[in-house]
Amino acid sequence: MSVELRAITKTFGALVANDAISLRVEDGEIHAILGENGAGKSTLMNILYGLLQPDSGEISVDNKSVTINAPSDALAVGIGMVHQHFMLIPVFTVAENIVLGHEKTKSLGTLDLSQARAEIARISKEFNFDVDPDAVVETLPVGIQQRVEVIRALMYNAKVLILDEPTAVLTPQETDELLTVMKRLKSQGTSIIFITHKLREVQAVADRITIIRRGKVVGTALPSATQEELATQMVGRPVVLALNKKHPAPGRSLLAIKDLTVTDNRGVELVKNINLEVRAGEIVAVAGVQGNGQTELARAILNLEPHCRGEIQIDGENILGRSVSDAIHSGVAFVPESRELDGLISSFSISENLILDVFDKEPYGKKLAMFPSVVRSEAEKRIQEFDIRTQSVTDPVSSLSGGNKQKVVLARELSRPVKVVVASQPTRGLDVGSIEFVHERMIAERDAGRGVLLFSTELDEVFALADRIAVMYKGEIIDIVPATISRSDLGLLMAGVKQVKA
Amino acid sequence: MKNRFAHFWRSVKLPLLAFTLAILSGGLLIAFSDPKVIALWKSPGKLLSEGFLVAIKAYEALFQGSIFDMNLTHKRFINGFYPLSETFTVAAPLILTALSVTLAFRAGLFNIGAQGQFIFGAIGASYVGFHFSLPPVIHILAAIAFALVLSGLWGGLVGLLKARTGAHEVIVTIMLNYVASYFLLWLLSTTTFLRKGRQDPIAPEVQENAQLPRLAGDSFRVNFAIIIALLVAWGIAVLLKRTTWGFQFRAVGANTLAAKTAGMSVPFVMTSVMVICGALAGLGGAVQILGSEHALTAGAAGSFGFDAITVALLGRAQPVGTVLAAILFAALRAGGLTMQANTTTPIDIVLVIQALVVLFIAAPTLVRAVFRLKNVKTTSDMTAKGWNG
Ligand SMILES: Nc1ncnc2c1ncn2[C@@H]1O[C@H](COP(=O)(O)OP(=O)(O)OP(=O)(O)O)[C@@H](O)[C@H]1O
Ligand SMILES: [Mg+2]
Repeated sequence: MSVELRAITKTFGALVANDAISLRVEDGEIHAILGENGAGKSTLMNILYGLLQPDSGEISVDNKSVTINAPSDALAVGIGMVHQHFMLIPVFTVAENIVLGHEKTKSLGTLDLSQARAEIARISKEFNFDVDPDAVVETLPVGIQQRVEVIRALMYNAKVLILDEPTAVLTPQETDELLTVMKRLKSQGTSIIFITHKLREVQAVADRITIIRRGKVVGTALPSATQEELATQMVGRPVVLALNKKHPAPGRSLLAIKDLTVTDNRGVELVKNINLEVRAGEIVAVAGVQGNGQTELARAILNLEPHCRGEIQIDGENILGRSVSDAIHSGVAFVPESRELDGLISSFSISENLILDVFDKEPYGKKLAMFPSVVRSEAEKRIQEFDIRTQSVTDPVSSLSGGNKQKVVLARELSRPVKVVVASQPTRGLDVGSIEFVHERMIAERDAGRGVLLFSTELDEVFALADRIAVMYKGEIIDIVPATISRSDLGLLMAGVKQVKA
Repeated sequence: MKNRFAHFWRSVKLPLLAFTLAILSGGLLIAFSDPKVIALWKSPGKLLSEGFLVAIKAYEALFQGSIFDMNLTHKRFINGFYPLSETFTVAAPLILTALSVTLAFRAGLFNIGAQGQFIFGAIGASYVGFHFSLPPVIHILAAIAFALVLSGLWGGLVGLLKARTGAHEVIVTIMLNYVASYFLLWLLSTTTFLRKGRQDPIAPEVQENAQLPRLAGDSFRVNFAIIIALLVAWGIAVLLKRTTWGFQFRAVGANTLAAKTAGMSVPFVMTSVMVICGALAGLGGAVQILGSEHALTAGAAGSFGFDAITVALLGRAQPVGTVLAAILFAALRAGGLTMQANTTTPIDIVLVIQALVVLFIAAPTLVRAVFRLKNVKTTSDMTAKGWNG
């Protein structure tokens, strides 16, 4: 099925998010959309899926003009979407989530899931999805949750599938699996609109690429273009994809984790007896397959994990077992893994989010008083510095694009004097230009004598930034290696294979 | 400036429309519950005109009872405002109690316990008011202070229980309301509290020095309480907007996890919010006793604590909105009495109108459909969570 968007314009107040965008997706094509954070990609897709109404413009499917006022209209003409932020109900099962809004009932009005179950099983088998229809969604890893969204779209016979940054939250393995699925879908005639910031993925699966900048289509490209070419077209200036980094000059120990064990409520050990040190002026990356205790380790440093044993010293002082606020004020900056969950308060303004953990410190506040004008003027500086695309600092953070939300978290955490930066997936959802900026910033932090502990599932990022790499496997740090290790050796370590050193 | 106005308009549009709808449907109800009107069912023309008249009459009485009554002006014109004075007399404690619910909403808590907190405030104020003899001003301050302490502790208990044990505040406050009501009944049977020579549950009148001064002479009941209420509402608005405490309250209310990650202490917020909420409702109880009732009775709290929830909802959990909604409700209540007296329409119809207003507020899609609007703002700052929160 082919889809054509003609001269779509969408404004939010004074901001033109989509400026007469035209785009044609051919039958059975994977069409990638590239663009900076805030370029208007999600907005355009939300219009196509009926979640937003354009100010002007037309949509046609198979060369016939259609009106899409709601997602149900989109589904009816065969357009399905998987969102940047999942839209599943956590306490429902997979099958319940999928039938939501299209429930069939038995004679007495009870829910009839049997057909849905069979259908899920069929699709699941066809694409090697391995999804249990009766699993409760919140117990599933993100990768599987995403498959549930894909299954939902397929169940309603989507012939055009919109994937908005599906790989941002996936591990590299999950990403590869998704790319395979996309190719399979394509071979069956499904058209796919694929949004991502990872140029490698675009090169791997896209047939054609449309590039959007500040709401306008600025060009198209073929996947044979180099990453540098794509990046340049996207950002409008040359982007340095390889970083220039001086040799580290590590100083005193700023973060020392000693015999740390973290358990969950039931006493299961998630982090086992870990010892790790980050010194002033070095970046230590924690690599590992997602779910091997990295999340808990990072949270433990902030005193966010309730059941811990051991010691965590910040610049020589133990903070473990004290309050979160003690950890923050002893000099820890923390970029949490999920901006939506605990990084931001979406109903708060951008300026308020920028002071979430320093609101009671001068110059923003003192004792009971807060100084809104200072909060605002400082926020103005931050949005300049971090290139946060917004109309006003008093807008709610929920009005920002995904990548710009992430920049708010980074701007907050990297703008105050700290000793240690603990960052989990700091560049998740950022465009290449912003990644370049953030990476340079983290190296600057290092060179200014801070310690950086980086948690990342992106091996590119790990290699670009790390001075040393700690590999986590099943809650333990199985090895700490210099960043000169080869990719394949690191891969083996992450799978738990520890080479015997000669 | 224009922006501000637009913003203001956006936030009052929905409540105003809901109110209009409620008045309209209330009018229908008044008309068709009147036996005179129903008797005319055979001639639809007459039925409609008579129904219209009956409804207008009832609303006229409502107006007379809440704002201005021509009939009272024969001695002095100013006396016509007696109903308005009544409205503000009722509004004062209602504003304070509703602010308690509003503040809790903003911190993500559902304070059903304003009733009990009101009772403790009333007890505290009454006790200091009749038991001690203190100089003017000081007596009032002492009575209010004691009321605040009692009700603040009573409210804080809820926050503490929630912070320490996770006990859901809705259940705890509902139960504590019973405790407070029966405690009051018991108290009024003790020799300390029962007025000499009385059998029915009533405490001695608070001394003159402890009574809040009246604002417009002795013929009007309106007193200093309304000024206190407005000042406190302003104070709560400032607290929420411009203080570090308010920032934390709102943060915990909007996203507890993010607040926690940012180093805010959730137990501290829950406890301190509930202390303040308790004190607010308690202050409502205090001004009710010191301002208008002057003596504590078993029914002193009336339904203030429950109306407060409705008012806070109607006010969209905003201090200014809460004040306006409370005044509206007070007017309906004051006017309802007159309506019942002057027409055949029972006061219950006022309750129905109140209920309809809230219903329409809660169902914005309905209002939108009726008025064919596209984008009425439906979000609010109510962040109280359900049972899982
Ligand atoms: N509801 C809204 N109100 C105001 N502005 C909005 C709203 N939704 C989006 N915007 C703005 O429109 C612009 C485009 O946002 P959009 O989400 O489409 O970007 P995007 O290309 O998907 O970016 P990202 O790569 O960061 O996800 C942004 O500047 C954003 O702030
Ligand atoms: Mg987006």
